[in-house]
Amino acid sequence: MSWITGAGLTAFGKHPGKTTLDLMAAAAAAALADAGLERGEVDGLLTGYSTTFPHLMLSTVFAEHFGLQPRYAHAIQLGGGTGFAMAMLAHHVVEAGLARHVLVVAGENRLTGQSRDAAVQTLAQVGHPAYEVPMGATIPAYYGLVASRYMHEIGLTDDDLAQLAVLMRSHAQRHPGAQFRDPIGVVDVLASKPVATPLKLLDCCPVSDGGAAFLVSRERVNDFAVRIIGTGQAHTHQHVSAAPSLTQFGAAASARTAMQAAKVGIDDFDCAAIYDSFTITLAILLEEIGLAPRGASGRLAAEGHFSRGGKLPLNTHGGLLSYGHCGVGGAMAHLVESHLQLTDRAADRQAGAPRLALLHGDGGVLSSHVSLVLERAA
Amino acid sequence: MNDWTQGTAGIVFQRCSACSHVWYFRRSFCPRCGSTDTTMVQASGSGVVYAVTEVMRAPSEQLRSHAPYAIGLIDTDEGFRMMAHVDRGIGIGERVRVRYIAFGDAFLPQFTRDLS
Repeated sequence: MSWITGAGLTAFGKHPGKTTLDLMAAAAAAALADAGLERGEVDGLLTGYSTTFPHLMLSTVFAEHFGLQPRYAHAIQLGGGTGFAMAMLAHHVVEAGLARHVLVVAGENRLTGQSRDAAVQTLAQVGHPAYEVPMGATIPAYYGLVASRYMHEIGLTDDDLAQLAVLMRSHAQRHPGAQFRDPIGVVDVLASKPVATPLKLLDCCPVSDGGAAFLVSRERVNDFAVRIIGTGQAHTHQHVSAAPSLTQFGAAASARTAMQAAKVGIDDFDCAAIYDSFTITLAILLEEIGLAPRGASGRLAAEGHFSRGGKLPLNTHGGLLSYGHCGVGGAMAHLVESHLQLTDRAADRQAGAPRLALLHGDGGVLSSHVSLVLERAA
Repeated sequence: MNDWTQGTAGIVFQRCSACSHVWYFRRSFCPRCGSTDTTMVQASGSGVVYAVTEVMRAPSEQLRSHAPYAIGLIDTDEGFRMMAHVDRGIGIGERVRVRYIAFGDAFLPQFTRDLS
């Protein structure tokens, strides 16, 4: 058993002049303050990576910078799946007794720390260097390929995808830290500039600066009673050319493993936080995991099913699509928001008093999947 | 055996002599059974479009003038899937044949509608 004893999140968007370490430190300090823990009590540290600050040993660079001397530390890399993979590992590290309080932290000046071309080119390298990248492929192109096939087979439409972008923006309107808060409608999404068909600008998450952190502990240290009760992963491929299918990925298997560990079913969840790098990512994950029937994610969004007052409030902070995406910290914002929801601290975004949350992240081109089940303890 | 990745017209895939598995990304063993008894085979250059996207925003200044360009995943007649350029306007399920193009500094396969 493990407890999420504190969480911290910076605003996402532009933080001019701030470095990777600055943003990591800001998020880490916020998480420690939230938990009421001191630096000296942190004996485990997990970090991801930063494209603007590549280093062989980011975890100990950060430990030294922030003033930690953990007895367990390293970095891990799993693209967009990194944040939840770190949460999963931290859960098992404290369960195994290797540490009492593991700090999981990420931050990156991905927006202001490099040119837009540099960001696009770095991210495109998740493609194969010899067989894919020379095509002039980009991350939106890889997901455009996925979208074309998925929509062709399942019957999902541009309008359905647009509904998910509109939903994320409506949620972001209530979060002061969100990168994009101006309301949008389906027509705005459909009229936005095409990036890699069928994906348009508003189907794509932005590039952001930001940081996120949380503490995973062996025992409770405060009034927060949120615990991780199930974890799962599945990895089917790296490159989109080598994906076994573009309509069936590892999401269902990953979520099933997490739900079996937690001894809960798909209908038991009160809220969800699902990776949404593109509208098509969110649609596929919702539908494959079983939170929406195949082809129905857009319709359910339009009907209010995933809204604050709906049956399954989803990404109530605005998700990657509107809160923003700073790399590893991007999906960690989903976990921070889930923690706020499960501790009744989400202010005017609070969606009732949820007890059980499903979190799911993916890395690569729907290549790597990580699922978490979070529970509010009695 | 050279192929387009070395600047030569041609698509090469591999076949496992032990389990008959075919694959595209070159390596010295079969990724299904691990056998090192593999052969390189020249592909016919024909297949069917599995997925397609038109890229409007190129990743670099050098490629900006080429945009928009279409990238597809092709299910080849030999049973492996590959990424390539495709003529704009070609859709999923269409039969295609390969030709080769210069694209920035690269030499690439581009699939065109197979009218035969």
